[in-house]
Amino acid sequence: MADLTSEFLNISSPNPFWLASAPPTDKAYNVNRAFEAGWGGVVWKTLGEDPPIVNVNGPRYSALHSNERRVIGFNNIELITDRPLQTNLDEMRQIKRDWPDRAVVASVMFSMNEETWSKYVPMIEDTGADAFELNFGCPHGMSERGMGAAVGQVPEYIQMVTEWCKQAASIPVIVKLTPNVSNIVPPAKAALDGGADAVSLINTINSIMRVDYDTLTMYPTTDGMGTHGGYCGEAVKPIALNMVAEISRNAETAELPISGIGGITNWRDAVDFLALGADNVQVCTAAMVYGFKIIDDLTDGLSMFLDDKGLKSVAELVGKAVPSVTDWQYLNLNYVEKAVIDQDLCIKCGRCHIVCEDTSHQAITQTVNGERHFQVIDEECIGCNLCVSVCPVDSCITMHAVTEGIDARTGQAIVTKSANWTTHPNNPMRKEG
Amino acid sequence: MARQQPNIQSGRLDKAEIDGNFADLHPPLSRSEALIAADRCYFCYDAPCTTACPTGIDIPGFIQKIRSDNIRGSAHTILRENIMGGMCARVCPTEDLCEAACVRYTHEEKPVDIGLLQRYATDPIFAQGTALFERNDSSGKTVAVVGGGPAGLSCAHRLSMLGHDVVVFNRDSKPGGLNEYGIAAYKTIDDFAQREVDYILSIGGIDVRNNMTLGADINLADLRNEYDAVFLGVGLGSVNELGIENEDLAGVENAIDYIADLRQADDKSALPVGERVVVIGGGMTAIDIAVQSKRLGAGRVDIVYRRGRAQMGASDFEQELAQTSGVTIHHWVQPVRLLGDRTVSGIELQKTTLGDDGKLSASGATFVLDADIIFKAIGQKLDDNKLGEELDGLALERGKIVVDESQATSLDNVWAGGDCVVGGDDLTVSAVQHGKIAAIAIDRQLRS
Ligand SMILES: Cc1cc2nc3c(=O)[nH]c(=O)nc-3n(C[C@H](O)[C@H](O)[C@H](O)COP(=O)(O)OP(=O)(O)OC[C@H]3O[C@@H](n4cnc5c(N)ncnc54)[C@H](O)[C@@H]3O)c2cc1C
Ligand SMILES: Cc1cc2nc3c(=O)[nH]c(=O)nc-3n(C[C@H](O)[C@H](O)[C@H](O)COP(=O)(O)O)c2cc1C
Ligand code: SF4
Ligand code: SF4
Ligand code: SF4
Repeated sequence: MADLTSEFLNISSPNPFWLASAPPTDKAYNVNRAFEAGWGGVVWKTLGEDPPIVNVNGPRYSALHSNERRVIGFNNIELITDRPLQTNLDEMRQIKRDWPDRAVVASVMFSMNEETWSKYVPMIEDTGADAFELNFGCPHGMSERGMGAAVGQVPEYIQMVTEWCKQAASIPVIVKLTPNVSNIVPPAKAALDGGADAVSLINTINSIMRVDYDTLTMYPTTDGMGTHGGYCGEAVKPIALNMVAEISRNAETAELPISGIGGITNWRDAVDFLALGADNVQVCTAAMVYGFKIIDDLTDGLSMFLDDKGLKSVAELVGKAVPSVTDWQYLNLNYVEKAVIDQDLCIKCGRCHIVCEDTSHQAITQTVNGERHFQVIDEECIGCNLCVSVCPVDSCITMHAVTEGIDARTGQAIVTKSANWTTHPNNPMRKEG
Repeated sequence: MARQQPNIQSGRLDKAEIDGNFADLHPPLSRSEALIAADRCYFCYDAPCTTACPTGIDIPGFIQKIRSDNIRGSAHTILRENIMGGMCARVCPTEDLCEAACVRYTHEEKPVDIGLLQRYATDPIFAQGTALFERNDSSGKTVAVVGGGPAGLSCAHRLSMLGHDVVVFNRDSKPGGLNEYGIAAYKTIDDFAQREVDYILSIGGIDVRNNMTLGADINLADLRNEYDAVFLGVGLGSVNELGIENEDLAGVENAIDYIADLRQADDKSALPVGERVVVIGGGMTAIDIAVQSKRLGAGRVDIVYRRGRAQMGASDFEQELAQTSGVTIHHWVQPVRLLGDRTVSGIELQKTTLGDDGKLSASGATFVLDADIIFKAIGQKLDDNKLGEELDGLALERGKIVVDESQATSLDNVWAGGDCVVGGDDLTVSAVQHGKIAAIAIDRQLRS
C-alpha cells in the first residue's frame, strides 16, 4: 500500500488528513477521539485573547439538505473558542505529549496590534504546537470586530499581521485565507510577502441559508433576528478547488505550500485538492456530519487510489493536475467533441433530449421512425457536455473527440493543429500567428 | 357418498384478528419516506409513466411538487386529470400500468413508488376537504348520468366543472359503484370510498338520486327527452354462468355478491365463512374473494383457473398476494361439474391444455376438491335483464355498449363509459378516464 505519511512544512503526520480548526478540534476530549480514530493532525479551534468571546445560545448551524436529508451545504455563526486561553493551552500541551506523531497546529486570531501578537505567540508556541495558523477567514462576528475576514480581505493587513507573527514565532506560520474576495492571488501573495510558510484555504463563505416560510424571517434566528454565517461542506468544494489551483499555477504564489480545505468528504475530494496543488488537506463539515470514522475511507481510499495509479506517496500526486489548468484564451478552438449515447445503457428517460432541445442545440432526437429513441444528431451537437451532465445513467452518454474528417455541424474539415483565441480571426486583439 | 353438513360459520377469528387482517394493504408513506421516494424520480421528459396512466396524470410533475412540499399543487396536478386519484392510488395495479413503464424499472427493476406517492399527495386533500376545483359559469344545461360508479361520478364532476348541472341516477343505495361495493376491503379502509364521493360532490351542481334503476324506475327515452344529454355508466350488473351441472346448488355463490356484503358489514366477524372454499376464475375478483375469505378465517382456499399464470387477469402482485395469504392457485384446470345434493360439497376438475390452434381443451383424469362454498368469479356482463328494452337501439358487441373515441354511443346525445362499454378493461382508472372524456365531448356538443 502506498505510503500516506505526510510532511507538511516538515511537520510529519501519519496521513495528510488534518481536522480543520472548528468544533471537532475544540478541546482535548474531541481531539483524543479524533486521534484514536486515525486522523493525522488537528488545527486547534481558533484561540483568542482573554476574556474569551461568547457564543449565542440559540442555533448556530443550519444545513442545505437533499430530499434524503443528506447535508450538501452547511452554515454556521459560531465564533472562535469560547474557553479561557489557559484551558486550551494546557490541553494542547498534554495532547502533543500524548500524540507526538500527530500534527497539532494552533489557530489564532488577535486584534490588530503588534504587542498583542508578541505577547500571546510565545505563550502558545510553548505548548509544543507544531505551527501557527492565522485565522484571517472567519466571515461573521469576528470580522465586525476588525479580525478574521476583515484582515483577510485586505492584502496589506495580511502582510503586516503575518510579519508580526513571524517575528514572535520560531515555528512555521500558515495563513488561512478567506474566500470572500474577488481574486485569491493577492491575499496569498501578501501572505508570502509577510513571510508565511504556507497558506490554507478556504475558510467559510458569507451565506444566509434560507427564510422561514411560516414567519418570513431569515432562518435560523436568535430570538427573531439572524445574521449571515459562513458556508462550507460539499457545496463549496468547487469554489475552493479553483482558489487552490489559482495559487498553484500563478508564478507569484506557486512556491507556497498549500493546505487545502473546503467540502472534503471522501478520498476523491482529497485527490482533487492534492492534484490541484494542495500538499495536505483539512476537513471540518464532513466530520461534523458523519463523525470521525470517515477517516477510514479517506485514508484507505486514497492509499488504494495511489496504488492503482502506481504512485508511491502522496507527494507524487501533489500538483499533478496543475499543468492542465490554464486561461480560457489558451484553449484549443480547433478541437471538436460530440456526444454519443450508448443505446444499450439508455433507459429512455428523455432528459438529454429536453435539456438539449430547450437550452442547448436541439441535437438529440425524441423519436426515430415513430419510436421513442434518443440519439445525438452530429449535425447539431456542439459538444457542450450538458446531456452528459444530466443523464441519470452513469457512462451512458460519453463525449468523443472527432480527430479527422469533417465536423458534421460546421461542414468544415477537422484541423489537427491547435489554435486558440489569441490568434483567432474574430479576436480584435489577436496576435498575428 | 354421505357427507356431513357443510362447514360454514361466522366468528372463525375474533374481531381484533380480523381488524388486523383487513388493515391498510399499503400503509401510507411518512413525509420522509415520501421525500426519499420522490427523489428517485428522474423527471423524465414526455414521461413513459404518464403515457401508461390511462388518465394521463403528469406524474413527474406531481412528484416534483412533493419534493418541494407543494402538496396542494401536487394533488391538483393529479386530481385535475383523475378526480378519483385518491382511490386509484390505492387500487390501480400500478405494476401493470405506470410503474411498469417507469424508466427506473428498466434501470434497476425498482420503479418509483408512483401509487404510494399519489396517495401521499392526495390524502390531505380528502382529510381536510380542501377545495381545488371551481365551477365555470352556468351553461343552463342539465345532463343525466346513469350510474354513480367511477365512470358516472368522474363524468358528473367534470360536467359540473364545465358549468353544467348534473342529475345522477344510481341503482344502489350509496354512490361509488364498485369502489363502495367491490374493491377489496384492505385496499380502501376507513370508508375512503364515501369520503372521496363526498369530496367529488362538494363541488356542487350534482344531484345524486340513489335507488333509481334504469329499466325499472326510469327509462332511457324519457331521459333523452328531459335532459340535454345522457351518460351511461352502469357497470356490469350480472355475473357470467359456468354453464355446468349443479350450478344452482346452495353454497354456489357469486363472488361479487359476497364481496358487497363484506364491504357493507359493520362487523366482519359476523359473516358466514366456509372451512373449504373454492374460487373459480383468474381475475381480480377471484383473487379478492380468495384472499378475503382466507383473512376471514377460511381453512383452505383454492383458486381454479383454466389457463396459466401469465394469462391471469390478476397482476403478478395480486397473485403473489394470494399466495402469501395462504391461497393455493391451480392453473390449467377447468370445472367439469359441481358435486352435492341440494348443498354443494365439492367440484370435479379436469386438466386443460392449449392446442396449437390456440384452443383450450380438457382431457384426461378428473379430480375433486371438497368445498363448503364455491365462488364464481368468471366475469360480469351487462345487466340486460333489468335494462331490458332500454338497450333497444344501442349498438352492442359481445354484451357491451359500443362507443367511439369520444365515448359517444350509437344513439344521439347518449354517451357511455366504464365497465359497460366495449374496450372497458375493468379498471377504476379507465372508468374515470371514460367519464372525463365523455364530459368533455358532451360539453363541446352542448356549447356548439
Ligand atoms: C371484486 C372487484 C375487485 C376489483 N378490484 C379492482 C382493483 O383493485 N383495481 C381496479 O382498478 N379495478 C378493480 N375492479 C374493477 C373496478 O371496480 C371497475 O372497473 C370500476 O368500478 C368500473 O366503474 P363503473 O363506473 O364503470 O362501474 P361500477 O363501479 O360497477 O358502477 C356502476 C354504477 O351504476 C349503478 N347502476 C348499475 N345498473 C344501473 C341501472 N340499471 N340504473 C341505474 N344505475 C345503475 C350502480 O349502482 C353503480 O353505482 C374490481 C372489480 C371487482 C368486481
Ligand atoms: C461550526 C464551524 C466553526 C468554525 N470555526 C472556525 C474557527 O474557529 N477557525 C477557523 O479558522 N475556521 C473555522 N471554521 C472553518 C473551517 O475550519 C473550514 O475552513 C471550513 O468549514 C471549510 O471546510 P469544510 O467544508 O470541510 O467544512 C469553522 C467552520 C464551522 C462549520
Ligand atoms: S453535447 Fe450539448 S449540444 Fe451535444 S447533444 Fe449534448 S447537450 Fe446537445
Ligand atoms: S438522459 Fe441518458 S438515459 Fe435518459 S434518454 Fe438520454 S441517454 Fe437515455
Ligand atoms: S418514468 Fe419513473 S422516473 Fe420517469 S418520470 Fe415517471 S416516475 Fe419519474
